[in-house]
Amino acid sequence: MGHGPAVKLGKDNAAAYKSKIGISMFIVYTLTYFGFVVINAVSPALMEKIYFGQTLAILYGFFLIIFALVLAVIYNHFCTAAEARLN
Amino acid sequence: MIYTQSPLAIGLFIFFVLFVLGLSFFLARRTTSAAGYYAAGGNVHWFTNGIAFAGDYLSAASFLGICGMIATAGFDGWMYSIGYLAGWMVALFLVAEPMKRLGKYTFTDALDSKFNSKAIQLMAAISTLVVSVFYLIPQMVGAGVLVQPLLGMPHWVGVCIVGVVVTIIVATAGMASTTYVQFFKGALLLICSTIVVIALLTRGLGTDPNQGDTKEYHKFQTLNAVVTNGSLQVADYDVVAGLESEFGQAGFVKLSQDGAETVWHLKEAATGYELVEALFVTEMADGTKLYNGAPKEEGKFFAVGHIQEITIDGKEVAQTGAVGPLEFLNRFKDSTVVLWGKKYIKAGDTTTTIYYQKPTPGSRILRPGLKFKVDNASGLDKFNFISLMLALFCGTAALPHILIRYYTVPSQAAARKSTIVAIAAIGFFYILTLYLGLGAMTSGVINITDNNMSAPLLALSFGVVLFSVISSLAFATVLGTVSGLIVASAGAVAHDLMDNFLGMNMTDHAKVKAGKISAMVIGGIAIYLGIIFEGMNVSFLVGWAFAVAASANLPAILMILFWKKATAQGVAASIFIGLTSSLGLILVSPDMWVRYGLLPQDAPVAFNSPAAISIPASVLTLVIISLMTQKKGAMVEEGAEA
Repeated sequence: MGHGPAVKLGKDNAAAYKSKIGISMFIVYTLTYFGFVVINAVSPALMEKIYFGQTLAILYGFFLIIFALVLAVIYNHFCTAAEARLN
Repeated sequence: MIYTQSPLAIGLFIFFVLFVLGLSFFLARRTTSAAGYYAAGGNVHWFTNGIAFAGDYLSAASFLGICGMIATAGFDGWMYSIGYLAGWMVALFLVAEPMKRLGKYTFTDALDSKFNSKAIQLMAAISTLVVSVFYLIPQMVGAGVLVQPLLGMPHWVGVCIVGVVVTIIVATAGMASTTYVQFFKGALLLICSTIVVIALLTRGLGTDPNQGDTKEYHKFQTLNAVVTNGSLQVADYDVVAGLESEFGQAGFVKLSQDGAETVWHLKEAATGYELVEALFVTEMADGTKLYNGAPKEEGKFFAVGHIQEITIDGKEVAQTGAVGPLEFLNRFKDSTVVLWGKKYIKAGDTTTTIYYQKPTPGSRILRPGLKFKVDNASGLDKFNFISLMLALFCGTAALPHILIRYYTVPSQAAARKSTIVAIAAIGFFYILTLYLGLGAMTSGVINITDNNMSAPLLALSFGVVLFSVISSLAFATVLGTVSGLIVASAGAVAHDLMDNFLGMNMTDHAKVKAGKISAMVIGGIAIYLGIIFEGMNVSFLVGWAFAVAASANLPAILMILFWKKATAQGVAASIFIGLTSSLGLILVSPDMWVRYGLLPQDAPVAFNSPAAISIPASVLTLVIISLMTQKKGAMVEEGAEA
């Protein structure tokens, strides 16, 4: 059989911890994303309301993109720390 | 027509092609093992891999399709960007590291890592091929679309050039050459798109999009008409099709002056009517098309896209001058922009497509509802929209050509870091798409019959150099993505089907040879499909590829990782149900009914996005079959650890 990684990987003792925080952050982002989808579907006029000088649609869209990067950096920070601590 | 060939564009295009071919031949000398061919040796740096992810992912659909959609439908087009990016969070948090740990060369490896099941090997390989082919067709069609303005050659030539070049890239050094082509293309795409956006912000917004005094924008006219004895009278014009004609009943009239026919949008005024100039395409019974009453070559069909009114602090202005990124959006929001509606009129055996002006407040454009039916929408319309957004969210982490990039890095940490680089690069690019699309919408560059070229044509408004670079880059975009798709497909054929499923037990050298031959055959099929699907919207099939991938692959990946009771039978059945239900629902959807030449309302199902049904169906199948086969099937032992 040809399964298994193309390069030899060491045992990762931090895998369970990383998986746990990954799932938590996934839930947070998924709720934020589907909040955006539901408002668009159920109350699109709300998305035209102006907050801080711009439509809610644009603000929420920018927030989703920037929030993705912020969460990704935080996730990497915790994962890297766990790898250093447990491996 | 709207654009002409430039020697610089042709020169840059040839340079790009020769560069990627040279790179491929150079890397080919170092690629002799199967690990080298299918996974670039597994030692690509995470940053390079992250940018290559972006180069792989930002396909013709992103660069051409999304920008074109934003240029004509505003925020609704940008929602694709948001959905595509959000999908990367599924990849980062749930899939990246386990995929690296479990797999070797293909997505099937990871799915089958715990079971060694023939059923999984077969179903996952078929799923890889189906999703990759769905994704390949619009890329190849995009190449054909690009080559017409770039090189002045017909559609099929563009498809053949991409097909041959990509087949050489993949057949020489496989994933190694593909990685570096995608890296260079991804980096250049980000840099050049940023330059166009900076140029756009420096120019600012204006009511006369004369493209920096380089090209005069067509002055759309308004006429006054009166009704005398029941018939329409317009000074200096003869009425060809008046109020009682098919045109009149649809809210338009056709006039003639000095033998030239024009179409006008009727608007009731205090005394009679106001007539607003429209664009029209007439298709004769023999298939001949006239653009504004003349053949395409005569150039009577205008580029469109302008602002009617800009208001700053309650005062109307003609130009904003240079603006910052936030100020650009604020000025746009407070402006009135002319969008374009479309209406078909059939008179005798000719069909006229009319494009008419629809002045729209900027704040209305910067919120949903111009493309997606969400205002006063039925439950079905809302379901359709939510289903599409679900497919975009779940599709990314299930695309085989994206997942195989996790095998090119040396460790799980590198897989994670390269995903974060990809999220940063792709997120930044998707912010740029908003500016590129809105810029095209207001710069008088849109070809209203085909909005796919909006981003390159926006670049053209800043001069031929930027247009040449962007167009060549758009072509390189197709090369990068198609290379990844052919590597994934070749892996599915040579590694999953031949080596694993059929048990051919090939040597390392034979695996590489089988991969190269598979790449050539798939390249040939891609060329054929790209030619026969000419005219298809570039982003049309990509949305469906996401729906199929999300339905067939994601439930299987996630349940293997996180549900201990998943069995081989359950996983194989889940892929089968996800694949067939999503494909089946697509084939009987209203959009497909139109393509069959039937009325969309006669389609057996009333929605176009299958994900909200096919994903739950796939999950349910996996759970039920796994529970039914607990004793017979091998269970995942380390699922919770993943």
